[in-house]
Amino acid sequence: MHALHLFIFTRRPRPSSSHVFCWKSDVSSSYGSTLRYKNVERMKPIGKHSLLGASGEISDFQEILRYLDELILYDNMWDDGNSLGPKEVHNYLTRVMYNRRNKFNPLWNSLVLGGVKNGQKYLGTVSMIGVNFEDNHVATGFGNHLARPILRQEWHENLSFEDGVRLLEKCMRVLLYRDRSAINKLQIAKITEEGMTISQPYSLKTYWEFSAFENPTQGAVGSW
Amino acid sequence: MKTERKLEKQARTVRSGYLYILSLALSASRDTAKMDLNMDSNAPHSMGTTIIGVTYNGGVVLGADSRTSTGMYVANRASDKITQLTDNVYVCRSGSAADSQVVSDYVRYFLHQHTIQLGQPATVKVAANLIRLLSYNNKNMLETGLIVGGWDKYEGGKIFGIPLGGTLIEQPFAIGGSGSSYLYGFFDQAWKEGMTKDEAEQLVVKAVSLAIARDGASGGVVRTVVINSEGVTRNFYPGDKLQLWHEELEPQNSLLDILNSPTPEPMNI
Repeated sequence: MHALHLFIFTRRPRPSSSHVFCWKSDVSSSYGSTLRYKNVERMKPIGKHSLLGASGEISDFQEILRYLDELILYDNMWDDGNSLGPKEVHNYLTRVMYNRRNKFNPLWNSLVLGGVKNGQKYLGTVSMIGVNFEDNHVATGFGNHLARPILRQEWHENLSFEDGVRLLEKCMRVLLYRDRSAINKLQIAKITEEGMTISQPYSLKTYWEFSAFENPTQGAVGSW
Repeated sequence: MKTERKLEKQARTVRSGYLYILSLALSASRDTAKMDLNMDSNAPHSMGTTIIGVTYNGGVVLGADSRTSTGMYVANRASDKITQLTDNVYVCRSGSAADSQVVSDYVRYFLHQHTIQLGQPATVKVAANLIRLLSYNNKNMLETGLIVGGWDKYEGGKIFGIPLGGTLIEQPFAIGGSGSSYLYGFFDQAWKEGMTKDEAEQLVVKAVSLAIARDGASGGVVRTVVINSEGVTRNFYPGDKLQLWHEELEPQNSLLDILNSPTPEPMNI
């Protein structure tokens, strides 16, 4: 079962080096063309510093979470004051995804991994074939086509958290209009050096009252 | 070999039932002959059956139809798709009969050992996770969607859906099988939190009955299993005792009864 969903992440550095991230995903999981599950959390905190979001096959995402659970557990068991940050987790995921791809048995996910550690912000992505990179904003699925162009125009280094949220909501609304597998129920996560919060699911208002919508084919013969 | 190919063509995968056709045994080791020849392989694979699990205030109610089909033939019209795993946990099976049976058997076996070692009844979550392990790790070979439901003293009544890929998802209610397509809208409207036992059971019976009305792969009787702190209750709702839906008629013994009745219906000539 797939969730071909969008993730958008933006990040912004603040002078006092407490960096803030925000990202969004909706809470839906589809089964073919049916919007089957409408309350699936696709963003999860990893360790102290990172957040993982996924689109694609949910069973594989659940398995990845188990792998990461073990990774973090072993890291904690060293009890040496160190903890795996987003860069390290991203690297681990890249290896896992790429190696599975080489065995022709991929984990069918697009992953986004972000976080803040020691004042350093990090945002990266890995695909099911092992393509990985980091950027100021990333997305999965339709998000790449619909949201990133908006972000390329409107993202800048000094976004406040509120502006970031508004920007993401603008992107999510477009995806709601244009992605068949999207539902109007989403979560936003905020990550700072101090910690991370994931909001409760909420819905966005949509706009349909264009006169062109009410009478799209005025004057035409037939309704097309 | 020619004969092998001929036999494979005749072999059918049995959908959610017990009867194995002889040709199945004769065909190659891993029989995967599909009965639906015109399917788009990218669409979700539809499965014969309607299965439902709902939580209510105090426990869970599991429900299912009773039709096992092999192709167009109804191999068993009174099958029991709600299978016991432990005293307090049951599973609704859909999809391939063979796959769902073997998974249930393994999990029952593991849970039995787990219960002995633990010294107390297994939790619903553990049962569901064992099912998930088998479903996920054998996802390329298995074709079965399961709904695990039960009651334990720690978390009360719980329902877990485990669809085709091996995803584990806890839900207040779950629907599965090919008949479930017709129930998404129904549950969106009819489901509410905190129902009583009777409300929940009536909802399940109504839902399975509606699915049977529209899904060719579902039919027969409605079976329900109610699980709560007091124990387990099995119920049986025969097909002819269910409510009638759109364009369904009151069953008669014979046309002759209609003709001979005090107000005979005019016959169309």
